[in-house]
Amino acid sequence: MSVLIYTESNDGKFKKVAFEIASYAKKVADMLGTTVTAVSINATENAALATYGVSKVLKVNNDKLTAFSAKAYADVIKQAAEKEGAKVVIVASTTDSLHIAPLVAVNLKAGFLSNVIEAPTSVAPFQVKRSAFSNKAFNISEITTEVKVLGISKNSFGLVENATSLTEEDFAPTLADADFGVQVTNSEKTTGKVTIADAEIVVSAGRGLKGPENWGMIEELATVLGAATACSKPVSDIGWRPHGEHVGQTGKPVAANLYIAVGISGAIQHIAGINSSKVKVVINTDAEAPFFKVADYGIVGDAFDVVPKLVEKLKAFKAANA
Amino acid sequence: MKILVCISHVPDTTSKINFVNNDTEFDTNGVQYVINPNDEFGLTKAIVLKEQNGAHVTVVNVGGADAEATLRKALAIGADEAIRVNANPSDGLFVAKQLENVVKQGGYDVIIAGTESIDYNGGMVPGMLAGLLGYNFVNACIGLEIEGTTATTIREIDGGKETATAALPIIVAGKKGLVEEKDLRIPNMRGIMTARTKALNIIEPTSDANATASIKFEKPAAKSAVKLINADNIDELISLLHNEAKVI
Repeated sequence: MSVLIYTESNDGKFKKVAFEIASYAKKVADMLGTTVTAVSINATENAALATYGVSKVLKVNNDKLTAFSAKAYADVIKQAAEKEGAKVVIVASTTDSLHIAPLVAVNLKAGFLSNVIEAPTSVAPFQVKRSAFSNKAFNISEITTEVKVLGISKNSFGLVENATSLTEEDFAPTLADADFGVQVTNSEKTTGKVTIADAEIVVSAGRGLKGPENWGMIEELATVLGAATACSKPVSDIGWRPHGEHVGQTGKPVAANLYIAVGISGAIQHIAGINSSKVKVVINTDAEAPFFKVADYGIVGDAFDVVPKLVEKLKAFKAANA
Repeated sequence: MKILVCISHVPDTTSKINFVNNDTEFDTNGVQYVINPNDEFGLTKAIVLKEQNGAHVTVVNVGGADAEATLRKALAIGADEAIRVNANPSDGLFVAKQLENVVKQGGYDVIIAGTESIDYNGGMVPGMLAGLLGYNFVNACIGLEIEGTTATTIREIDGGKETATAALPIIVAGKKGLVEEKDLRIPNMRGIMTARTKALNIIEPTSDANATASIKFEKPAAKSAVKLINADNIDELISLLHNEAKVI
């Protein structure tokens, strides 16, 4: 009755969130007096899971699963859970895992809670704390079914090393034609850029930049920090930046370690999307901008003056700390 | 073509979030309710599909009588008929089972819901409904076109987007991108008047049990005030981010 995790990978390599949910699952397994089993799909570096407390990995290698299929992946996880007799199944909060999790829950007749931000407050009854109301409140909830599915918020539990001896086992679940009803015909991914979903640091800018031609310094700041770039809604609506960069309530959510907002006043819808970031830095000419109320650090100043200086100073800092 | 749009009735984004009864219930006092933003993009897409291809658009909500104003607004925007399942939407699986029942009775080709509601942010009802019905399912959907019995969808992925095709019936969980913000419709007087005469059917819930239970709510601890740094002292910011916040 181990705790099962789905460890998501990209081109064969585990995402960082895979290790984060492994860390989380190890904690849950300790509370339940059991061990952690992972199921991986077309992953190439399974041994890495041993560092984060995983005792066993079920390795699925199947060319049919190269393109994402929510139903097929959910079927794999269901069969892995049944094989292991898992009573708790844990996934990350990536786009793909959130796509799969409700299907897994139905497959296993399990209750599902997403946005979980801490280790369970108790395992009998099974209660967890999750964020709700766009990060404006927390909700303690209980799962009352025998099998439980949890979605863990990115960057909430962190990585916890727990060296374990890992058994690797090949696993060949049965897949049905109906699993492939949605056929991927084209996948466009930006390459060579840090994505908002993966980023530890996000540099975001808004209308204060006055025009799309001024984004060079934002890109440069992002490059120095190894950060992803993002933007406010008005900026994507008027076409200064691509839609994929829009963060906020109707855009992409951000749960970064550091969020730097340049020339964004901080509309409530924007804050709702980025509020689970740990540290927020705001640079704005308007000392009354609402964003300063939720920021940790602020500079009241002109982006065209502050950002270039910040880039220079950070370059020097990085060179000195390299 | 028959389209079902699932509508959540949620507090407006600017609402004050407070709790009552020993922090076990959301305080609805003075709260303005709206169509969940993600659902509104889906509703508008359904109206656009109707205008392009011809379709009958039904909106459904699982909720109390107070949600009827929100359903009437959806009718005023252009939906043809509304259904309210008369139950407290207290659990994702419970709501999905109510919708399953509605779909089985109505027989829809395209079911559109929002990727998540802005109140509980569960993000699970559309996927659970797809799981219960065994229908094709696309989450985080930012593009949808229907030709004959085939849907072409675009979904957001981490770092890009992915196009896929699927046979109807299909369930999509949509968000901004299905239509753009400027395409959202404000009900006009004629829409509001005709909405009054459109059918709003109330059906009773099935006896399915919940899979989760909310125990209580907490509000985040009060935030300490922002530390302001002089624009001429960038070194201090870097030092704080490195030594105090430990994020660089």
